[in-house]
Amino acid sequence: MAKVVKIALAGEGGQGVQSVANILVEAAYEEGKEALYIPNFGVEQRGGVSVAYVQISDGYIGSPKFKFADIIIALSDRAVRRTQKYIDENTLFVYDSGIEGIEEDLPKQAKRVLGIPAIEVAKNELHPRVFNVIIMGAVIGVTGVVSIEQAKAALEKKLGYKFEQNPQLRELNFKALERGIELVKGQV
Amino acid sequence: MSVQPQMPKSWCIETKPHKFCPGCGHPLVLKALGEVIDELEIADKVVYGCDIGCSLLAWDFFNVDSIQTHHGRTTPVIVGMRRANEDVIGIAYMGDGGGYAIGAQHLVNAAARNEKILVILVNNTQYGMTGGQMAPTTLPGQKTETSPYGRDVEWTGPPVQGPEMVAAISQEGAYVARGTVANIRQLKKFIKKAVENVMQGNGFSFIEALSLCPTNWRTNAEQTWRFVEEDMAKFFKVGELKVPGQGKEE
Amino acid sequence: MAAKPIEGEKKVFVTGNEAVAWAALAAGAEIMYGYPITPQNEIMHYWTRIAPKYGKKFLQTEDEISAGFTCLGGVLAGRKAFTATAGPGNTLMQEPMSMAEMMRIPSVVVICARGGPSTATVIYSQQETTLTCYGGNGEGLRIVYSTANHQELYDYTIKAFNSAWKYRFPTFVLGDGYQSKMRESLVMYDPEARGIEMVESEPYVLKPGVPGSDRKAAHLRNTYNMEDELYEVIMELVKDFEKMAPEVVEYAVHDCEDAEILLLAHGVVSRAALGAVKLLRQEGLKVGLFRPITLRPFPQEELKKYAQKAKHILVVESAHGQLDKLVKENIYGITTPISPYFRPGVGVTVEEVIQEVKKLV
Repeated sequence: MAKVVKIALAGEGGQGVQSVANILVEAAYEEGKEALYIPNFGVEQRGGVSVAYVQISDGYIGSPKFKFADIIIALSDRAVRRTQKYIDENTLFVYDSGIEGIEEDLPKQAKRVLGIPAIEVAKNELHPRVFNVIIMGAVIGVTGVVSIEQAKAALEKKLGYKFEQNPQLRELNFKALERGIELVKGQV
Repeated sequence: MSVQPQMPKSWCIETKPHKFCPGCGHPLVLKALGEVIDELEIADKVVYGCDIGCSLLAWDFFNVDSIQTHHGRTTPVIVGMRRANEDVIGIAYMGDGGGYAIGAQHLVNAAARNEKILVILVNNTQYGMTGGQMAPTTLPGQKTETSPYGRDVEWTGPPVQGPEMVAAISQEGAYVARGTVANIRQLKKFIKKAVENVMQGNGFSFIEALSLCPTNWRTNAEQTWRFVEEDMAKFFKVGELKVPGQGKEE
Repeated sequence: MAAKPIEGEKKVFVTGNEAVAWAALAAGAEIMYGYPITPQNEIMHYWTRIAPKYGKKFLQTEDEISAGFTCLGGVLAGRKAFTATAGPGNTLMQEPMSMAEMMRIPSVVVICARGGPSTATVIYSQQETTLTCYGGNGEGLRIVYSTANHQELYDYTIKAFNSAWKYRFPTFVLGDGYQSKMRESLVMYDPEARGIEMVESEPYVLKPGVPGSDRKAAHLRNTYNMEDELYEVIMELVKDFEKMAPEVVEYAVHDCEDAEILLLAHGVVSRAALGAVKLLRQEGLKVGLFRPITLRPFPQEELKKYAQKAKHILVVESAHGQLDKLVKENIYGITTPISPYFRPGVGVTVEEVIQEVKKLV
């Protein structure tokens, strides 16, 4: 059975977790891969931790959720704690290095723990709004599940109408994607 | 550590901050209710029932015995409690769906039988927790998830006038009013009168509270208040519709 | 408005709920009745947006009891009507569907199973198996398809209309909250473009002619006076149900011929089981999967065949014995030991199934 890459993304509502996950699976789908995405959902409309489960494979994908992730992206302190259960010795745990108060919560048993300054880079170099696209770049850089071209195409498809109105946004988003890939280059 | 906001004593501090969305009207109604419970000193006698939908988020809200039931079934559960034990001051709390849609038959029968309970119905013109579908109280032309092109009153009828219906079918001793979170003082006054009415064993008490849902209305603060104070107020008249000893209509 | 909702075929990447809405349209459904309940809401959201473009209708009813009865009404009026619900809504749906069973009314109901009992979770489970197969105060004379992926949600929603209208039993598509909310790819198609003949609907009332003179009036009832009368009626229903069964029964087998350990799973859990079979076979373990696709009628004979051969059966479900019960009642007499892996309300992963199988070895 072909390898299935299991990605869990988690963050606060509004951080774009579901958006990134959706663009990622769409890119994989367009590339002809098997892809499956499912969000977590509960009774509260607002306020919980937003989690997205993504699986990408060249072959069969079994259950929509998984026990342990190959890569976890945690974007807030609650997200760091919430995703503990998906970590085993093969998991690459990525978190935003700007999150405070999580030193104790960082996993001891993961394969690798990687802090990336996505929020900082977004704020200082690009724009706070594209911080989640930087994350998307990081995921691609680490897993190679989709090509950067396909990722850009997926971004274009989703945000194209905004890019039409303001072409600078396109450049900004693509730059964020590339920056995300750079941030993890050589780290894994 | 920031200063804790002042909360009614009947509120359960351990379960705060609550789970309602920012800008939700429920906490406003619940605060008015909490203050009434404090003032009448009845926390040890009240059973608070909540429905399915956003009201269920109040299942552990109060320092008052509470029961979260099924959708539309809060009225009969509280009726059953009070019938079996007259010490219970029964308050059934629900949304527009729980009272006017799936719970309509129970509301009608509770009013017809003059059940000695209080029903508080929070009207925010749509089903909040499930994502903003049309409700019996949705305004004409209002866009919701199941009326994406706007509510067509030719097809679905106009918004339901709940307190008017309850006032028309209720008995001597019933208290029926419609308040709004845009006038908390008045809403609280209505709630207090309604609870006292039930405590005195006069009859069925019913309060509709016009409320907010910026999450599903997709409105900012200004638009939110405008919607409840102007748009909703056009269809839902605020005031007392039935007061014991004061004849049928106001 | 003469255009078809789906022309030819096209590959898409959407949620299960969206797939169901399009499938119903492609099947020629004319009206949907529904009431909000998670996780099926988006079926209504998509339907209310797309259906009007093809002249199809929608009514949000006051509750699920009404959604069920209005659906029956629509069917009696000769239109392809359907509804969708979940959890507590499914509980309420049993009253109208009991009437459908008794009166042979071809309603189509999509169930998106969530946690139970009572309100439980809005998310997922396989705890509505018993309810969907045997709910109501009858013998469970209904057709139930249990889907495992979006292609099947699409295929079987279309098939449900055909099975319902051909055999005249209330027909259910049993999915779950995971399938509803997840996104994966499928091919949407116009059934006629694939040579699928759509069964026409037909009215029970207002047939041409004046009742009493040109034709007999339709006198439809579900009440009987005497026990003997009822017995005859039920035995007729059972006879028709058993006659229909071989034509409708569906199941899937993977590596069962030489399987020593036979996995039993339905719906989305069968994906995890299949994933486990694939990996365990690579390790040389003789594991197979029997997956009932129709839970009603249950593929009894086919399962007996494989159950007999296996050394051990492992029933895997996101419930506490609902599939297990169906299995046991259907293979009564076979002595192969049966072990449970029950995870009520919780998803089952490939890794867990592998773990459970290894415990048996």
